[in-house]
Amino acid sequence: MIPAIVVFLYLATVLYIGIFAFRRAKSKREAEDYFLASRSLGPFVFLFSLFGTNMTAFAILGSSGHAFSNGIVTYGLMASSSGLVIPLTIFFVGTRVWALGKKHGFMTPVQMFRDRWECGHIGTIIFLVQAVLLVPYIIIGIMGGGTTLNAISGGFVPFWFGGAIVAMVVMSYVFFGGMRGTAWVNTFQTVLFLLFGAIALIVIGVGMGGFGSAVQAMQSSPALAPLLTRERISPLYFFSYTFIPLSAIAFPHILIFCLTARRMNQFKKTVIFYPLCIMAIWLPCVFLGVMANRVGDVPEIRAKQEARRVLATQGKTLPPEVRDDLREESAGDDVILLLLQRYAPLWLAGLLGAGIMAAVMASDSQILALSTMFTEDVFAYYGHKERFGEAVQVLMGRIFIVLITMFAYVVALQAPETIFELAIQYAFSGFAALSPLLIAALFWKGSTKWGALATTVWTAAAVAAVAIFQSIVPAPAPGPSTVMWSIGGAEVLSRTPGGTAVFGFMPVVPMVIISALLMIVVSLVTRKPAETTLAKYFS
Amino acid sequence: MKKLFLALAVITLYVLHQDFWFWRTAYPLVFGFVPVGLFYQACFSVAAALLMWLLVKFAWPGHLEREVEQHRDEEDAA
Repeated sequence: MIPAIVVFLYLATVLYIGIFAFRRAKSKREAEDYFLASRSLGPFVFLFSLFGTNMTAFAILGSSGHAFSNGIVTYGLMASSSGLVIPLTIFFVGTRVWALGKKHGFMTPVQMFRDRWECGHIGTIIFLVQAVLLVPYIIIGIMGGGTTLNAISGGFVPFWFGGAIVAMVVMSYVFFGGMRGTAWVNTFQTVLFLLFGAIALIVIGVGMGGFGSAVQAMQSSPALAPLLTRERISPLYFFSYTFIPLSAIAFPHILIFCLTARRMNQFKKTVIFYPLCIMAIWLPCVFLGVMANRVGDVPEIRAKQEARRVLATQGKTLPPEVRDDLREESAGDDVILLLLQRYAPLWLAGLLGAGIMAAVMASDSQILALSTMFTEDVFAYYGHKERFGEAVQVLMGRIFIVLITMFAYVVALQAPETIFELAIQYAFSGFAALSPLLIAALFWKGSTKWGALATTVWTAAAVAAVAIFQSIVPAPAPGPSTVMWSIGGAEVLSRTPGGTAVFGFMPVVPMVIISALLMIVVSLVTRKPAETTLAKYFS
Repeated sequence: MKKLFLALAVITLYVLHQDFWFWRTAYPLVFGFVPVGLFYQACFSVAAALLMWLLVKFAWPGHLEREVEQHRDEEDAA
């Protein structure tokens, strides 16, 4: 119970920070102050809050869980590629969006798209697609909160209650503190979970009696040795993952965060330190996730390994629903928590649990971004701000925060997928496919609203198609994929144990390429915006 | 020339991410316990940070901030 009490103290602290920010607000009624902290964040808060907002439950629980099942490949798949692609997009896109926001007062990406391409309802369609894709991200946070509190309390706090507590705390400080509260909480959380990785590595390493013998033992086990290499993952699949980080800059909450910097110089530290911050958190988590396979005296870990073994050896003969159950049983989202329970002293397990909660609760920025988008892109755009005033707009934003959190909580209770799969398959791929919108808006004079519409509709259709395909065709047992369509021996469409493959690539690759092609082709044959509009962007 | 060099550096680092040469081996174990594939990718993260430093140093879009200041001055004057 002691670790759970420490985590509850942590939750009280972040709640206090959010409410403190509410008291510091310049005006509780001004939209720009509530939603963007008056575009005044300093360098330290900007770096840590921008990084923290992009790290979710996924960074600690998902990474170690994925590494537990797939091995060291997890780091190269997500962390190192993100360490290159995300700062590059912040460097090229984030700085430009910041400058346009300062010049023209934009508060959301859709406001910029509407102005850049002289469109109205097409902007609303982009808003809808962004909103639908963002909700799974919020669900991940709530699911991670439930999983964490349940594991830290040794099962005393049930999943549904843990999720509810996390949802309530996040909702409260976003509700009161707006962007300022969210940024401060994110900064506090980022410092916590950056410390988490190093401390967890040392504590668990000492507890295990060093990692050298554990790695040697894994290497001599035929079932575990592949986890120390990447032989279970195809190079095409590995390459596909480098497209996923394109999603970061297309996520509205990241782009909106880019608008909060006081000066553009604040981006410098962010792009330089971003790869190192990712390494500090992901490297220990991935390594510990792999090492969890050598912990034989934790019954929950043994049960996961047994489920994995049954799936691998008898999976082909089992019905799909039994395979799904085994997959869920073998999922390692809580292995790092189990390791802490096994090796860390109680008080330290509590502190480290708070570090995990810090990562888990990054859904605050997504909730605030959705609220900002709703009030600016729908409420204000359709004339309600003029009619009811700015105070009502901020009130609407707060009501929206309550409603979206409640909705995400209800869905989180029903969602059967593991944290990692849910995030990757829907939100990340979809936002990566929307990234050509930003590139075209900022760097190509010839892009048009019809190109933007084609890209957006394609993204929505492709995400829906992948979701429907995966719900109709059951995942095969570990091993060869189920080929659904082939031409001349080439596998066009396959159902893999982990998802879908198109020509051996993850769906995100064709999604992004077709998205970009649609933007180019449709823009070439449709009318460009007026010269006066273009002059605002390409002076 | 500077920009061409930086563009080549970005492309090279992206290509180097696909380290197929360490695909099927864990050896050598760096520091006695880190599989070489994981160590390589950690070094890749450090290289990415160095590349970002080069971009900030030699290709920083400072004109954007000057445009913002100019725009603000024009608004104040109006």
